[in-house]
Parts: sequence; C-alpha cells; structure tokens
Amino acid sequence: MLKPSSSFHRHPDRPLLWTLRLLSAVAALIVALILLFVLREAWPALHQLGPLRFLHDPGWHPAAGGADAQYGLLPMLAGTLLSSGGAVLLAAPLGLGSALFATSYGPPRLGGLHRQLLQVLGGIPSVVVGFWGLVVLTPLIRQWHPPGQSLLAGILCLTVMILPTTALLSEQAVREVPAESLQAAAALGLSRRATLEGVVLPVARGGLLSAVILASGRALGETMAVLMVAGNVIQVPAAVFDPVRTLTANIALELGYALDLHRAVLFVGGLVLMGVVAVVMALAASLQRSPGHG
Amino acid sequence: MASSGAACFDRAIDTALALLAWLVALLVVGTIGWIVADLLRQGLPRLSWAFLVELPIDAGRSGGIRPILISTLLILGVCLAVSVPIGLATALFLAEFQRGHRGFGPLVRYSLDTLAGVPSIVFGLFGNAFFSITLGLGFSILSGGLTLACMVLPLLIRSMETALRAVPAEHRLAAAALGLPQRVSLLHIVLPAAAPGLAVGLILGIGRALAETAALLFTSGYVDRLPGSLLDSGRALSVHIFDLAMNVPGGASQAAATALVLVALVLLINGFTGWAAQRWLGSLSSAAL
Repeated sequence: MLKPSSSFHRHPDRPLLWTLRLLSAVAALIVALILLFVLREAWPALHQLGPLRFLHDPGWHPAAGGADAQYGLLPMLAGTLLSSGGAVLLAAPLGLGSALFATSYGPPRLGGLHRQLLQVLGGIPSVVVGFWGLVVLTPLIRQWHPPGQSLLAGILCLTVMILPTTALLSEQAVREVPAESLQAAAALGLSRRATLEGVVLPVARGGLLSAVILASGRALGETMAVLMVAGNVIQVPAAVFDPVRTLTANIALELGYALDLHRAVLFVGGLVLMGVVAVVMALAASLQRSPGHG
Repeated sequence: MASSGAACFDRAIDTALALLAWLVALLVVGTIGWIVADLLRQGLPRLSWAFLVELPIDAGRSGGIRPILISTLLILGVCLAVSVPIGLATALFLAEFQRGHRGFGPLVRYSLDTLAGVPSIVFGLFGNAFFSITLGLGFSILSGGLTLACMVLPLLIRSMETALRAVPAEHRLAAAALGLPQRVSLLHIVLPAAAPGLAVGLILGIGRALAETAALLFTSGYVDRLPGSLLDSGRALSVHIFDLAMNVPGGASQAAATALVLVALVLLINGFTGWAAQRWLGSLSSAAL
C-alpha cells in the first residue's frame, strides 16, 4: 500500500506522460510543417526567378507566361506596410486615451463598461468589419474624395480591428504600475497630470510599446478588413485616397485560379508576410526581455 | 504666485487630458454603436426563422442560410474535435510536467508562440497545400476544420495552461499524500478545479474559429449546397458574408443579416459555455460537500 505513493514523485505516470508528450510534439510540429509546405510551394519561384525579381520587376503580370511575365511584389509590400503603419498611428494614441479613461480619467463604473464594449468590438469578425467598411465607410469617403475604396478606408478598418488589442493591452500596462509608486506620487502631492507624466507613462512605457507592436503584427496579417475596402489596385499609392492592394489581399484574390509559377509566387508573398510579422514579433519579444521594461 | 500659476496650468492640462480621454471613450463607443446599428438596420428586416432554415436562392440574394449554418457547425466541430484533445494534452504537459526551463517544454512553447504570430491567410496557404492537395482532401469541410484547428491551437493551449497553473499546488500535494495515482489526481482534482478557465479557453478558440474567413477561402471553399459528408466543400458564415458583399451585386442586405447571425452565434456560444461551466462547477462543489 505504501509503495505506489512513496514512489509517486520519482516515477510519474509513464503512459500518461508519453501520451501527453506525443500530442505536445504534434502541436509543436505544426509551425515547422507550415514553414516547410509554404517553402516547398514557393520553391519553384525562388529557384527559377531568384529573389531579386520580386523587388525589381516593374509590374505584376504573373499569368502572362514566358518572358512577358512580371512578378513585382513591391507595390503589395508597400500597401501592407502603409495600411498597417497608418492604422497603428491611429490606434496607438486612441488606445492610450482609452486606457487612461478606463484607469484614471473616467468614472470607475464606466471604465468597466468601456472595457466590456472593447471586448465586444474585439469579438466582431474581421469580415463583418470589412463588410461595414464596404457598405458604410467607403461611400462616405467617396463623397469626400473618390473613388472611396482606398488606403484610407483600409487604414480605418484596420484601426477598428486593432483598437481593442491596443486599448486593452495599454490598459493592462497602465494598471501594472505598482501601487507604491502611485502612493509615493500622491504623498508628494503631485497633480494627476504630473503623476501621469512623471510616474505612470515612464513606468508603463515598455508595456505600452509592446501593446502597439503586438497590434501592428495583427494589422500586418489582417486580410478581410483590407481586402474588402482598399480597392486592390496594384500600385504604390501617392495619397491616402488611392486604392492599394496588400500582400494578404493579393493572396486571397488570386490563389483561387493561380497555376504553376503564379501560384508559387503567391506562396513567396506568404513567406514575405511571415518574415515581416516575425521581425515585428521578435521586436516585441526583445522589448519584453529588456531590463528597461517596467 | 508663480506656483499658483503653475498649478493653474497643471489644472488646464489635466482638464484637457480628461476631455481627450472622454472623447476617445465616446469615439470607441460611437464606432461600436455605428457598426451594430448599421448591421441591425440593414440585416434585421431580412432576419426570420425562414432565413435560418431555407436554402439560398439566386446566389444568396434571397432565400436563407441553412446549408451555410450546417457547414459552419461541421467545420467548427472538426476543428474542436482535433484541437481540444491536442490542446488539452499539450496544456497538461506544459503545466503539470514542465515547470522548469529545461527540456522539451520550452521548445513546445517557443514553437506555439511562433505559430500564434502566423497570419491567417498563411494558414489558408498551408491548408490548401497540405490538407487539400498533399493529403488529397480537396476543398472540403475536413480541410477547413483541420486548418482552423492548427490556427486556434496556440490560443487554446495558452489559455488552458494558464487555467491549469492557477490550480493551487496544495490540491496536487493533497492528492499525492492520499496516494492517488497521477492520472486520477489530474482527472478528478486538477481538471475540475481548472474547468472555468478551460471553458474560457474553449470560448476564445470557438470565437476565433467562427470569425475566421481568410483561412477558409481556399480550404473549405465556396460551395453553398447542403454538404453530404465531411469531404464535401462547405461555405462558412464568414465566407458567405464575404461572397455576398464582394461578388453578388444586391447581396448587401442578405450579407448584413448573415453578419447578425454570426455575431449573435458568437455571443450565444460565449454565454452558454459560461453558464455550463458555472453549472458544472456548482454541481461539482456540492458533490464534494
């Protein structure tokens, strides 16, 4: 009777442990499998065209065949970076303002309600945001400055998509400011503004920054909300009213009928997208590890 | 008097900041209200019982969404049937057996963090290449569900691991002191104690899966007929909204009605799972007494 219990810690349940270990290995292998298959599908294009063609080709005519085919991904990369960058520029101050409302400037009861509403907004599927942008937002922009389906519409829809992430994570960062620091500020008789400027923002800076970086990763990978409103014309936009096509939209629009090299180049677009998102995520991770982060 | 001037300035800035914070809050509320009001205005007139149970007519311009609802639930079912066992097992492994910073656990965690950052359209590319073509599943509910399973795993595992870690160590020690085998301790003590947290993880996963469109476009496909088996193509609600809005002129109000159904479904599942977890826990704690 004593034997099983005394050996409990030295001999964990072997079959159970191995089952769990096996299933964990399956979960861990998925990302490798994804990279493997996207690389495999992209390989013909990388091998036959070389990576420079995607930067140097002046246009995007992947289905032309033979020597006429052009595979320039640069306009799509510009579309992705500009739409995400614009959305982050809008969402970051809005998220901070919303965090300040929920933590210090708004009445506590409204702060909770505000958070719940943000969670509702976060639960709205991106295709629904895209649909709303298509039928409500783009006609409004068209009245102001045609054609309506534009970089601006894409930026606004992306902002709606990433605002909940930015706002909720910013609020968390502000809440993590130690109570002792706030009490010390209060004991010094600092005003609310001085506390904010001298204590809250410096201490929460790392958390606020990583909220913005995580949100930009989300914006870079977003498909539906931009696909439906940004117009999808392949060009480097000269103004916010010009239509653009992002890397994600390019894949969604063309994978259905793409063949051979055209299909392979779409997978190259996927690789580029993964690369950009990976850089952003690595930035966020290094920020969280850095000692300066409060 | 200079200090009172500074205080005055301070107060002015403070008021401006307060105003700004209120303005942002109103903007957020206003945007949500705007989106919901527009969906209701356009979609509600079309919404009825018949809309839910009828077949779509004329590419979805009229009729209902019965096959789309069924396909969505089947895709979700496949997704959960695969992702919940793998997710729960991985979460148990990470939370119960890998408390240190060495060995297999950190590798699994790193791999899952990377997976969480993969854009959904890349899951679509992968699902199309792997499930649809390499495994020969074609454009099918199975391909779509399996692709979604890969996508929701990191979210599922992270929240389930958090739930398991929140169970006090005393529970496990008490079970060990009683000489209970580890599987008994996990099954009858740790898992029930973590149930509400696990349910939250499940809700998050379901919400993510229902909301997804991009990963399904090229895995489960567009076909809006009633699926005969899991190997048939099936159109999810999200894909239906996309198709009606983009490819079907005059489909906007039907798309709005479908969007209402999708949003309502997400809220309903959230509510039900929360209620069920509470009920389950309630009966469990009374049984323990």
